[in-house]
Amino acid sequence: MKRVRVDWEIAKRGWRRYAAYPWATVAGAFTNTIFGFLLAYILLAVYRSRADVGGFDAGDAVTYVWLSQSMIMTVYIFSWWELAWRIRDGSIATDLLRPLNPQRYWLAFDLGRAPYHFVFRGLPPFVLGALVFELRYPSPLDALAFVVSLTLAVVVSFGFRFIYNSIAFWLLDFRGVVTLSTTIVIFFSGMAIPLRFMPTALRDLCYALPFGSVIQTPVDIWLGKRDGAALLGVLGLQLFWALALLAIGQLVLRRATRKLVVQGG
Amino acid sequence: MIEVEGLRKEFVVRRGRFRRERHVVTAVNGISFRVDRGELLGYLGPNGAGKSTTIKMLTGILVPTGGHISVAGLEPSRKRIELAHRIGAMFGQRIQLWWDLPLRDSFELLRHIYRVPADRHRANLARFREVLELDPFLDTPVRQLSLGQRIRGELTAAMLHAPELLFLDEPTIGLDVVAKQRVRDFLVEINREDGVTVMLTTHDLGDIERLCNRLLVIDHGSLIWDGGIPELKERYGGERTLVIDLEEPAPPLVVEGAVVDRVDGPRQWLRFKGSASEITSRVAEAARLVDLQVQEPDIEEIVRRIYMR
Amino acid sequence: MVDAVFVWRRLVGAQIRSQLQYRLSFALDAFGSFWISFIDFLVVLVIFRNVSRLNEWNVHEVAFLYALSSITFAVTDMLIGQLDQFPQKIRDGNFDILLVRPRGTLFQVIASDFALRRVARVVQGSIVLVYALSTLTIHWTVLRVLVLVVSVPSAIVIFSSIWVVGACIAFWTTDGGEFTNAFTYGGTAMAQYPFDIYATWLRRLLGFVIPLAFVCYFPALYVLGKTDPLGLPRFLEFCSPAVAAVSALVAGLTWRSAVRHYRSAGG
Repeated sequence: MKRVRVDWEIAKRGWRRYAAYPWATVAGAFTNTIFGFLLAYILLAVYRSRADVGGFDAGDAVTYVWLSQSMIMTVYIFSWWELAWRIRDGSIATDLLRPLNPQRYWLAFDLGRAPYHFVFRGLPPFVLGALVFELRYPSPLDALAFVVSLTLAVVVSFGFRFIYNSIAFWLLDFRGVVTLSTTIVIFFSGMAIPLRFMPTALRDLCYALPFGSVIQTPVDIWLGKRDGAALLGVLGLQLFWALALLAIGQLVLRRATRKLVVQGG
Repeated sequence: MIEVEGLRKEFVVRRGRFRRERHVVTAVNGISFRVDRGELLGYLGPNGAGKSTTIKMLTGILVPTGGHISVAGLEPSRKRIELAHRIGAMFGQRIQLWWDLPLRDSFELLRHIYRVPADRHRANLARFREVLELDPFLDTPVRQLSLGQRIRGELTAAMLHAPELLFLDEPTIGLDVVAKQRVRDFLVEINREDGVTVMLTTHDLGDIERLCNRLLVIDHGSLIWDGGIPELKERYGGERTLVIDLEEPAPPLVVEGAVVDRVDGPRQWLRFKGSASEITSRVAEAARLVDLQVQEPDIEEIVRRIYMR
Repeated sequence: MVDAVFVWRRLVGAQIRSQLQYRLSFALDAFGSFWISFIDFLVVLVIFRNVSRLNEWNVHEVAFLYALSSITFAVTDMLIGQLDQFPQKIRDGNFDILLVRPRGTLFQVIASDFALRRVARVVQGSIVLVYALSTLTIHWTVLRVLVLVVSVPSAIVIFSSIWVVGACIAFWTTDGGEFTNAFTYGGTAMAQYPFDIYATWLRRLLGFVIPLAFVCYFPALYVLGKTDPLGLPRFLEFCSPAVAAVSALVAGLTWRSAVRHYRSAGG
C-alpha cells in the first residue's frame, strides 16, 4: 500500500511540473489548433478525389486529425529529454542510490503528467475542431475502450522514451539519437499522416510495431473501427508492447547501472 | 565625466496575473552627483536600493523618468551607440561572452563590434593577457571556464576597446581571495595608469576599502552619502582604538577621554573618540610608551550604521 | 550597411568553425535534422499514393511548393532560429549588455548564434527541389527565372519577419514566447501545400495578413504557368519582394517599439 502512496506523490509531481507553466501550455494548445486546421484541410482535399482511403472516409479523417493533435502531448510524441538530462549532469547517480526504481519513478511521473496534458492541451483543440468541423463520436463502449487504449498508449510511448533517453548513459552527445527516435515515432505512429493512408505492407508493419499502438490504435477505437474480438486484439497488443518496452527498459537500466558502478560514473 | 541632476526612475508594477492593479514604484528618487575623470568610486546600497537602476541609466540601458544625466558629455538614453564606444560595462552575474566559443574568439568578435583596428586590438589584448594572466585558458570555450577565469575574461572584454569609463556591477562576487585581489589590482592599475574612471557597485567591503577613494551610498532611491572614506569613518566611525605598548606591564591607565578596553601584559587597548593626537599626548604624560597604534573601526560596522540611521 | 554584413560574416564564421570542431556530434545532429524534416515530404508522397491530384495540383507541383517552402524556412531557421531561445535570454538578463555595445540590438541578437546543423534541412529541401524541377515541364523564360530566384530571399525575409515579431512578445511578457511556433513552424507547413485547399478564413489570416501566400504559392503560380484557382489578380504573383520589404519594415518597427518599452519599463 505504501508504494502506491509513493507513486501517487510522484504522479502529483508530474502534474505540477507542467502545470507550473500555464502559458507554455496555452501556446502549445494554440499551435496544436493551428496544425489541426492545416491538416484537416489537407486531408479534406484528398477526399475530393476519393470517398474512402484505407477504411477512413472524410469524416473519419477529419476526426482523426483533431484527435491526434489533441493526443500529441498526452502521449508525448515529441522529444522527451528529462531523463537524458539527469543522466548527463550526473544526478542520476543519486537516483540510483535510492530504493525506488528510476523507471518506476518516471512512469509514475509520466502518468501524473498525462492527465494534465489531456485536459489542458488535449481538450481545447478538440473542442475548437468540433465546433468548426463535423466530427465523429464514439459509442459508450467505444468511449470506454478509448480511455483504456489512451492510457496504454501513454505507457507504450513512455516505454519507448525511457529507452531512447537511456542512450545518454553511453553517448555524451545524444541529441541526434533523440531526434531520430522522435522522427520514427512521429512517422510510424500515424501522427504525421494516418497509417491508413500508407501502403498496406507498411501500414501492417506499423500496427505490429509499438508505434501503431501509440496514436492510430486509440483513434481507430474511437472511430468504431474495432469491434468485438478485434477490439480485444488491439488492446491486447498495446498491453503487450507496454510490458515489453518496460521490460526492455529495465534491462537497459540494469546494464547501465552496472556500467556506472564499474566505471565510477 | 558624469553629471547627474535630480535623476528619477519610476516603474509601473502590475500586481497579479489578470487584475490590473497599477502601482508606481520609485526606484531612484531625485539623486544628484558629479564624478570627475580619473576617479575610482564605489556605489553602495542594500538590495533594492536603486544601485542597478542607476547604473542602467548611466549606461543607456534604461530611460530615466526625470532629471538630467550626462556621461562623457552625452545623454546616455539618447546617444546610446555613441556613448557605447567610450564606456565599458561588466555585470558580474551575467555573461557577455559567447558561451560556446573559445575566449579568444569572443575578443575577436568584440573587436569587430567595436571596430578596433587590428594592431591596436593586439596591443591591448597583449597587455591584458599579461596583467590578468589569460594565456592558460585563452583557447578554452567560455562554458568550461571557472568563475575566476570567466570574470577575468569579462573584464578584458569590457576594456578591450579602451573605454574612458568603466562600470562594474558586483565584479568580485563569488570569487576566492586570490581572484578578488587580482581583479582589484587590475582595477587600480587601469585607474592609476590609464586614467580610466571606474564606478563599481559592490557588497564587498574589501573592494571598498582597497579600491575606492570615494563612496556613494544609496538607500530607498536616495543618496545618503557622497564623499571620501576617511570622512565617512569620521562621521560615522565614532570610536577608534589606541593600542599602546608600555615599557612594562602596568595597571589600566586612567586617561581623560579614553576608556581601557583590555590589558594584556604591557599592551593596552584604549577606546576613544575624537582626535588621536590629543589622547596620545595624554597617554604619553601618564606612562612611558614604547609603541602605539591607532585602529580604525571596521568599515562594515560603519556601513551598517549608515543603513540603520 | 556593408560594414554590418562584414561583421555578421565574421561572427557567423567563428561560430561555424567552432561547431565543426565537434564533428561526430554535428554529423549526428545533422542526420537527425535531415530525417525529421524529411517526414514532411514523406507525407506528401503518401498522400499522392492515394490520389493523383490535390485540387488542380499534381505531385510534382506540390513537391515544388514543398521544396521552396522547406528550403527558405530552413535557411531562415539557420540564420535566426535561435530567436526561439530569446525569451530565456531576456529572463536571464543577458539582453542588457547588448545595449551597452555600439550596435543595433536586433543585429546583435541575429548575428550571435548560428546553428550549422540546420543546413541538413536545406539539403533535404534541395533534393526535393531537384526532383521537382526534373519532373516538371516548366517553360522557362528570363522573367520566370527571375521570379523564382527573387522569391527565395523574399521568403526568407518574410519568415524572418514573422519570427522577429514573435520574439518581440518576450519583451512584454515573460511567458508568451512560445506562441511564435504556431506561425513559424505552422507557417512553413502551410506553405508546403497549395493555398486553395484551405478554407477562406484560414487563407486570409495566415496567407495574407501574415503573408505566407507570398512565400511560395504566388511565385510558384507564375513559374509553373498555372492559373490561380482562387482567381486572384495576376500581379500578386510578382509581389513577393514588395511584401517582403513591408514585412521587414513591420518587424523592424515592432522590434524598435519593443526595445523602447523594455528600456523604460525595467530592463
